[in-house]
Amino acid sequence: MSNDLSPAFADPIADAQSCFRSVLDAMARPGHRHATSGVSAPAPLCDAAAAVLLTLADHETPLWLDPAAADASVWITFHTGAPAAPPAQAMFAMALSLPDLTHLSVGTDETPETSATVILQVASLTTGQRYVLEGPGLREPKVVAIDGLPPDFAAIWQRNHAQYPLGVDLILCAGNQLTALPRSVSIKDA
Amino acid sequence: MKGYNFAYLDEQTKRMIRRGLLKAVAIPGHQVPFGSREMPLPYGWGTGGIQVTASILGANDVLKVIDQGADDTTNAVSIRRFFARTAGVATTTATAEATVIQTRHRIPEKQLREDQIIVYQVPQPEPLFRLESSRVETKRMHGLSDYGLMHVKLYEDISRFGQISISYDYPVMVNERYLMSPSPIPAFDNPKMDMMPALQLFGAGREKRIYAIPPWTRVKSLDFEDHPFRTINAPHPCGLCGATDSYLDEVVTDNHGGRLFVCSDTDHCAERRAAGHVGTDGFQEAAE
Amino acid sequence: MAYVAVKGGEKAIDNAHAWLARERRGDTVHPVLSVAQIEEQLGRSVDRVMAEGSLYDRELAALAIKQAQGDLIEAAFLIRAYRTTLPRFAHSRPVETAAMRIERRVSAVFKDLPGGQVLGPTYDYTHRLLDFSLLDDEAVAPATRSPHPLEPMPRVPDILGQEGLIEPDTSAEQEPGDLTREPLTFPADRDVRLQALARGDEGFILGLGYSTQRGYGGSHPFAGEIRMGEVSVEIEPAELGFSIDIGDLVLTECQMVNQFKGSKTVPPQFTRGYGLIFGFGERKAMSMALVDRAMRAGELGEDVTAPAQNIEFVLYHSDNIEATGFVEHLKLPHYVDFQSELQNVRRMRESAA
Repeated sequence: MSNDLSPAFADPIADAQSCFRSVLDAMARPGHRHATSGVSAPAPLCDAAAAVLLTLADHETPLWLDPAAADASVWITFHTGAPAAPPAQAMFAMALSLPDLTHLSVGTDETPETSATVILQVASLTTGQRYVLEGPGLREPKVVAIDGLPPDFAAIWQRNHAQYPLGVDLILCAGNQLTALPRSVSIKDA
Repeated sequence: MKGYNFAYLDEQTKRMIRRGLLKAVAIPGHQVPFGSREMPLPYGWGTGGIQVTASILGANDVLKVIDQGADDTTNAVSIRRFFARTAGVATTTATAEATVIQTRHRIPEKQLREDQIIVYQVPQPEPLFRLESSRVETKRMHGLSDYGLMHVKLYEDISRFGQISISYDYPVMVNERYLMSPSPIPAFDNPKMDMMPALQLFGAGREKRIYAIPPWTRVKSLDFEDHPFRTINAPHPCGLCGATDSYLDEVVTDNHGGRLFVCSDTDHCAERRAAGHVGTDGFQEAAE
Repeated sequence: MAYVAVKGGEKAIDNAHAWLARERRGDTVHPVLSVAQIEEQLGRSVDRVMAEGSLYDRELAALAIKQAQGDLIEAAFLIRAYRTTLPRFAHSRPVETAAMRIERRVSAVFKDLPGGQVLGPTYDYTHRLLDFSLLDDEAVAPATRSPHPLEPMPRVPDILGQEGLIEPDTSAEQEPGDLTREPLTFPADRDVRLQALARGDEGFILGLGYSTQRGYGGSHPFAGEIRMGEVSVEIEPAELGFSIDIGDLVLTECQMVNQFKGSKTVPPQFTRGYGLIFGFGERKAMSMALVDRAMRAGELGEDVTAPAQNIEFVLYHSDNIEATGFVEHLKLPHYVDFQSELQNVRRMRESAA
């Protein structure tokens, strides 16, 4: 069966390390963009989303996969071993459109780290609706443009942010680009 | 190194630690439990910092390792060798050249940059452990942001000594939410943590927890309005380079009260001396 | 005087390692000690290193003992650090100690029972007199062993269980935890507690077990049974659908029968304390069973007052690799912290004067 599958990282150790540092930096500096490399994604995933999955998911991470991305399911399972899980039990959610964040785990007061991380594929991280980000990691408010989020995203996000230190974290992917929005960041429409 | 993965840890373990690091960054100051592995160095000797460093390190990184501010203390040498051996990365003693700095007990004097990461070795990540020994209880307190116990301790200090008596591992509030141990750095270094341009990662191997402070994050040393936080340092310039703004080690030079005060940050001191600064006990740099 | 900052850490480390290697070898007039000799003739040390190192491999344990000059905690540490790097191929099925190929089996609660009492290779009734004949290479008389296969030996708690006199063994359906992969969380379940005890320091567990006998959380223990011998290890690969035998382990199991419990509605029953460890480790298995029972105090509705009953205390302090590392880390330089304390004390003394 693996014959039908596109390969994972060309250099599994170095590519995963490099992708991780990109995600780490994006989580540490919300809205900063990085390029990933080393993998060509199975449809309908973009390269960055595939790289993030290969970097972070494995048999210890229950994964909810957006039904719209079902075509990538075999590839993800083969290369990561991540078991499928309903949204409430998922450590990662791989989505092609913003899922209902209230269906995902936000952690508990004593274990806020058990919340879900959403890997969200969007159309663009350079054009589209402009948002102002503010919070840890940002010396001053940062303006980002994202194409592919719902029109009321800022309001949805603020409900997530208001639960801080609980809440879900978001890794945004478009093409080979990625950025991140940790729960600690506050978002307004620009 | 033959028989071992790049940077010693297997990829599965790195993924587990990396996931923990991302959550730690998303919740600044919160202690994230992780499946700390047994390392080939003893617990208490930097196993947490080593696991964090091993999980972030890439072939292009340049690593600096310091202990007590110095690159040539035996444990710093040992850890630097470990990574040179298992990851083949370039190492340096120059703060400015490093992309990753692993440290025990100090923050370098030179301001760190946005493109650097500092990894602290942490012996006891729980800032409340002296006041409440049960981790079950302290976890509950962090959950509720209930830090009354620490405020009472500081207040009792003031009534007994006229001042807060903590001089290292001085507790901080991170992002106005979590009380955090800065690791046993001298209180002198605490202000460097506030709004630091570099990402700060903390690893406690034996206690199996990691935590983080993103760049440009508020880190406030606990104090009271009428007893503001103060740093402590020896009231001398560095005997070797004459620096007046660096943290000083005290060296006993004889048995009759003789003392020499020198920069704890050996790279900082060497750089100043190379630039021609000379302290009262110093001399023009001779070859080794 | 001119002060030169101390350098040469690298050189010092190399020299220390060379010195250590020389000291390990000892005087070369004596033949070098082989790993096989350690494995064969220092078996109890090998057992302890396997138990606390959490890795069943006699040869590697013997190698670690040689490398550590017989320092058993250092040897267990070497084993642990090696063990971490090993891939996990499979998880075994639970081993069946009821089917153990017995080398030793004693029960303190019945005079005789099916299978009988088997003393086995024990120090119990040796008089602790130094045997000076061991100074020379003495030939050992062959041990006589019954030519008859031993009869089946039911486990004592199973015998008591037939009458309902002891609480049933709670068999958890879920996969047991593994604290070498996941950090401890509280409340810690019994599976994880037992794992911690099995890996824990023999001296620490012994001291805690002893404390329960002296009133710090006592539970009136009887040594229901201690058995030692070989068990088969089986794995069940998913693709096969049946289990296969992959080898044998020597284990020591101790089942303590403890003070009974009951209420108006539930008739009284004895309670269990359990110990199981790699190799021949009776002292440790018995101590483990005492501490296991003590840690069940909360679950059984008893007051939690003694150190051995405090789960968090026991689990956070039983691991000798953690303990030795942290105690010994105090010898690392702390002069930066000490300097800040020194300046602080000087300042406070000035303002007090």
